[in-house]
Formats: sequence, C-alpha cells, structure tokens
Amino acid sequence: MKKMFKHLFSFFAIFAVVMLALGTESMAAKKSKTLKNTIKKGFVRCGVSQGLPGFSNADASGNWTGVDVDVCRAVAAAVLGDAGKVKFTPLSAKERFTALTAGEIDILSRNTTWTLSRDADIGLTFVGVNFYDGQGFMVRKASGITSTSQFKSGLSACVNIGTTTELNMRDFFTANGITYEPVVFEKADEVVAAYDSGRCDTYTTDKSGLAAQRTKLSNPDDHIVLPETISKEPLGPVVRQGDAVWEDIVRWSLNVMIEAEEYGINSSNADSMKTSKNPQIKRLVGAEGELGAALGLDNDWSLRIIKQVGNYGESYKRNIADTGILPTRGPNELWTKGGLLYVPPAR
Amino acid sequence: MNLKSTTSSISDFFYARPKLKYYLPQALTIFFIVFIFGYFSYNAQVNMDNRGIDFGLRFLGEESSFDIQFTPFVEYDGTKSYATAYLVGLINTIIVALIGIFFATILGVVIGISRLSPNYLIAKMSEIYIEIFRNVPLLLQLFFWYFAVLRTLPLPKDAVNFYDISFLSIKGLYVPRFIWTNGQLFLTSIIASIIVIFFLLKFFKKEQEQTGKQYPKFLISLTIITVLPFLTFLIGGVSLDFEYPELKQLSKTIYNFKGGISIIPELMALALALSLYTATFIAENVRAGIEGISRGQKEAAASIGLTPGQTLKLVVMPQALRIIIPPTTNQYLNLTKNSSLAAAIAYPDLVLVFAGTALMQTGRAIEIISITMLSYLSLSITISIFMNWYNKKIAIKEK
Repeated sequence: MKKMFKHLFSFFAIFAVVMLALGTESMAAKKSKTLKNTIKKGFVRCGVSQGLPGFSNADASGNWTGVDVDVCRAVAAAVLGDAGKVKFTPLSAKERFTALTAGEIDILSRNTTWTLSRDADIGLTFVGVNFYDGQGFMVRKASGITSTSQFKSGLSACVNIGTTTELNMRDFFTANGITYEPVVFEKADEVVAAYDSGRCDTYTTDKSGLAAQRTKLSNPDDHIVLPETISKEPLGPVVRQGDAVWEDIVRWSLNVMIEAEEYGINSSNADSMKTSKNPQIKRLVGAEGELGAALGLDNDWSLRIIKQVGNYGESYKRNIADTGILPTRGPNELWTKGGLLYVPPAR
Repeated sequence: MNLKSTTSSISDFFYARPKLKYYLPQALTIFFIVFIFGYFSYNAQVNMDNRGIDFGLRFLGEESSFDIQFTPFVEYDGTKSYATAYLVGLINTIIVALIGIFFATILGVVIGISRLSPNYLIAKMSEIYIEIFRNVPLLLQLFFWYFAVLRTLPLPKDAVNFYDISFLSIKGLYVPRFIWTNGQLFLTSIIASIIVIFFLLKFFKKEQEQTGKQYPKFLISLTIITVLPFLTFLIGGVSLDFEYPELKQLSKTIYNFKGGISIIPELMALALALSLYTATFIAENVRAGIEGISRGQKEAAASIGLTPGQTLKLVVMPQALRIIIPPTTNQYLNLTKNSSLAAAIAYPDLVLVFAGTALMQTGRAIEIISITMLSYLSLSITISIFMNWYNKKIAIKEK
C-alpha cells in the first residue's frame, strides 16, 4: 500500500511538471497572435449569420454577400491582399460569442448589437458600428394595427433566442403595462414560419432584420413594419479581447470604408486619387503618410480595401438598397448628409 | 536469443513482484484519468484567464430580465432571478418528459400486444406504424408535428369549441382553471379513499387465497372513490368554481383567449412527437417480452381453465415484464434526453431557457452548460433508480 502511494506521488510530480511546462508556453504573451496566425493560414476566419439578406447571406453556389460580409472582406484585403481570402462560418445567435472567444473565428461580423455587458463581460471587444439599427415590430396589415400604441394585453410575439431583442421586448411591454406571450425560437427560419402560420400576432427583431425576413413570408405585402423603434441597436464587428493590434486592424478597415465615401473615393476612382491635391485623400489611398506601418501592414492596405471591396456607400447600395431591403440610408447616411456615420479621421 | 532473454527478464521482473504487477496498471489508469481531467480544466482556466472571463455562480442570483411563455407551478417574470428561470426550465422539461413517458408507455404496450394479434389487419398496421415512426429522425418528426399542428389549427376567432368551456386554436388549448374553496379537505378525502381501497384489495386477495371467494373488486373500489369525496363535497363545504377562458378581441383581426389554463401548441407537438417516436421502441420491447415466454406456459394456463385475458394478466405479463422493464428504462431515459430538442420549436425547456437565453444574456457558458448537464444526469439517474427498484420488485424471488 505504502509503495503504491509512493508511486502515485511520483506520478503526480511528473504530472505537475508537465502542466507547468504547458502553462508557461500558452501564457507567454505574443504580439498579435491573431495577425500572425491569419497570415500563416492565408485566410481570415469570419463568423457570420445563418442567412440574413443584406447583411450576410450565401447564394446557391456558396458566395457570401452583405455589409457584414464586406467588413471581413476588407480585413482580408488589408491583411492578405485579397478580399476573397475569407473563410465564413455561419453561426446562430447562441453560438456566436462562444465561437469567437474559443478562437474558432477571429472576427464576428454578424449583425451583433454593441452593449455594455457584452463589451465588458464576456471577453469581447466591439470595434465600431457598421449599421445603426433599432428594434421594431411587424404585424399583419389586416389586423388594423398601425402603431405600437394599439397593442393590447394578450398578444403573442415571435422572437429569436439569445438576442437583445428578447430583453428590449420585455422592457417595452412592461413599460407599457402590456402582458404578452413570448414564443422563442432557436433559428430565424422557424420564427418566420411560426409567424407566417399565425402562431404569433407580431414578429419583433431589428428593423433591418424585419425588412429582410419579410421577403421570406408567403405574402410579404400582407405585412407591415410598424413605424416605432423601441431600442437602439448599433450593429458592428466584434473581436476577442486582448489582441489590441488585431482590434485596430479590424476597426480601421471599417473606418477606411466609411471615410473613403466621405472623401468621394470609390472602387473605380481609387487609383486616380493617388494624385489628388487633398492630403487626406492621399493618405487614404496610401500615397502619403505611413498609416499602414502603424498597424503592422504595408502602405497599400487601405487602397486595396477601397479597390476590392469599395467604400461603405457602395457596399450599402450593392447589398441593402439595390436588393430592395431598405432603399433609403436613414441613419446610416454620412454625418455630412444628416446621418450618423461619423468615424475618427485616418491620419 | 537475445530477444528471448529480454522478454523473460521482464516477465521475471513482474513475476517476482506480484503486487507491482497488480497495482501498476491501475495506477496508470488513475494517472491517465487525472491527467486528462486536470489538463482540460487547467486549459479551460488558462484560456478563460487570457480572455478575461471569470468563473462563478453568483450570476444565478441576478435579475433575469427576460420573460418565458409557459411557467406552470412557478411564479415567474423578468424580475425574478436566473435561478428561478432555471427552475421554470427544469419543471417544463420534467412536465414534457412525464407526459411523454405516460403516453409512450400506453401506446407502446397497446401496439406491442397488437403486433402479436392473430388479426392480420391489426398486426400489420402496428408493424407499419413501428417501421415508419422509428426510422424517421426525431427532429424531422418534431418539425412535422409542430408545423402540421400549427397549420391545421384554426385562429382563436374560429377556435374549436368544446361546450363553451374549452377551446382549441393555434394559440393552444385553453381549459378552465379550477378554483377550490376548502380544496384541501377534498384532496384529503380522495387520499383517504385510496388508502381504504388499498387495504380492502389486500383483504380481498387474502380472502381469495384462503377461501377462493371472489369479490367484485372493481365495483367496490369505484363506489368508494366516488362516494367518499362526494360526501365531503356535500358536508364539508367544499366548492369548486371554474374560471373559463374567454375570447377577447385585441384588434380588428387579432383575437386571443383570456383566463383559464393554456396548454401551448409547442407542448402538444413535443409531447406528441416524443410519445409516438418512443412508443415504437417500447412496443418492440413488449413484443420481445411476450415472445420470450414459452408457448407451454400459455397452453398450461389454458389447460387449467384461465381465460385468454387472465392468461395474459396472470401468467404471461408477470414474466414478460422482467424482460420488458430493463430496455424500457433505456427508452424512458432517451425520451427525457430527447426532450431537449424542444428548443427547435420554442417549447421553453431547460435547454431553451437556461442553456439558451440565460447563457446568451450572461455569457457564462461553462457554468450553465455544466449545470444543465448535471440536471439531465440527475433526471436520468432518478428515472434509473425508480425503474431498477420496480425491476427488482417484479424480479423472480429466488428462495
């Protein structure tokens, strides 16, 4: 017996040494592990939705399009020189943060609302806003409801799980003293199907989402999105906490797209802008300054984003306006044109 | 030559140390298990530290701030804690598991027996039912029933009306709620009559064994269980009121019921799918059990004058149960675990409420998934313990 304990003890000693060795290896701080790994792999690992037209949606041949997709493409263009070098991982609302914190993806660009608790609590960092949205309600036209003020106790509302939507909905109904029945589904397709069948009287999510999902209903024209917006939903890309360099790359890839629009640089005129007189334009296309070096990239990084992906306006037009989801820019117009898009200067 | 001497020296080494030969493999196994567990928990901790995530259960006391559609037996709204939300999810899982087990057992026994029926049509129909339902994935069946149920049920305005007290519509089945005055007394009288019946049946059995005299057991029991509660109803001041569901108009075309108890369509679809699916496996167990009893037993029973019904009840079933119970326990466990597919069709079970919404709102994946796994483990073990107890009770008592 004594001998056995002696043996066991020595096993544990070896075990402890092995653990320590493994530990020091994985705890060693490295400067932007994510950037290093991305270059080594040759593609950007991007988490997107399971199909939300206009934001991230795959066509029959598996090509992803959308404004969220374009953020990942911009990062690929900046880091790897080719906007096509992105591996997309479709994620449910429930899986998305775990996939990011567990290191399965490096950017989460999946119509995700920026909130304090998400930013601070669970190992995530939001890098910016690529779409200003707000939660709304969709109802059947025949119901005669034209405003949320006509809602009465007893309504049932279909909603997607694991989103801020669930919380906003409760806040809204509680504040207005309305009792309601939440019908919570795991996937958006089931929410649409249940609402379509009449299980719910109203379907609530971000307004852009409502506009996009409405196209999937059997008779889209029988439904309207109510004018009220009950919440602020700034949607934007997210990265893991603790890699400041990677965070900056993603943030400024997005900012460059927005600022390029502000200065009138687009995918077709970008090359000719190199000879512009405006120093800010020259900086944006890499003809002046050393902006790339500050991010650990070459100086053409922003030019590649604009040439390969386009500016924000082009991306919006291609994905959201021309597809008929939201024809007008609304709050997603540049600040110079009365919208909310205002990014820090790239200089 | 060289090789041979080495082998023999190793076996000699162990031959001389029998204790080491005995303990070494066990110590290695223990080391391996401890190493694996230690490595995974250490790795998780390092990764969580790196990403700024801490570990703890304090979040359970925080306000949940989300609502749940179906919260029987527990007072719940968004102002309650995550722990309460967990309880709601757990109870909803238990509810659907119990309903599923109940109907799967009844249906399984009926189908299993009818599969052995001499009537060709009944036997063939049972076989077709079994082959279809056990060979289609459960998730597909679940979607089929849910959307089939939703699409066939009418809107609340045109609800199927059961005598103006219950209504079936796409929003669920609404039944009256019982409002008891002195309900306690009524419940006591029912329990009392059950106890009386229990002892009477014991007495009757003894009488029959000693004197051969048979009593009309069923009639006597029925009388007791109706008369006694009825008397308390009249004398004890017990009264029962009903809260009936009422149709209310919420807008031009939106109607819904108010009052009463609502059984949501998600629960109906889930219970239906689970029962129909699991019943096929139970039916096969029942068939195996009955076929496992030799023909001679039935012939012997017939030769001493037992009716076919008595043969099944007194000779075949008691023996068949010993074969049926263990695999059926497995099916009960499967059904309970399969109920976690509820998340797909919006039935607020443990997975949807706790491992779904609560996980998303708090981001505490490791804690919540651990609690959820432990909960399913406890449920399964409870069912196992109960079924093992029952199995032991009916097992052959060897003397």
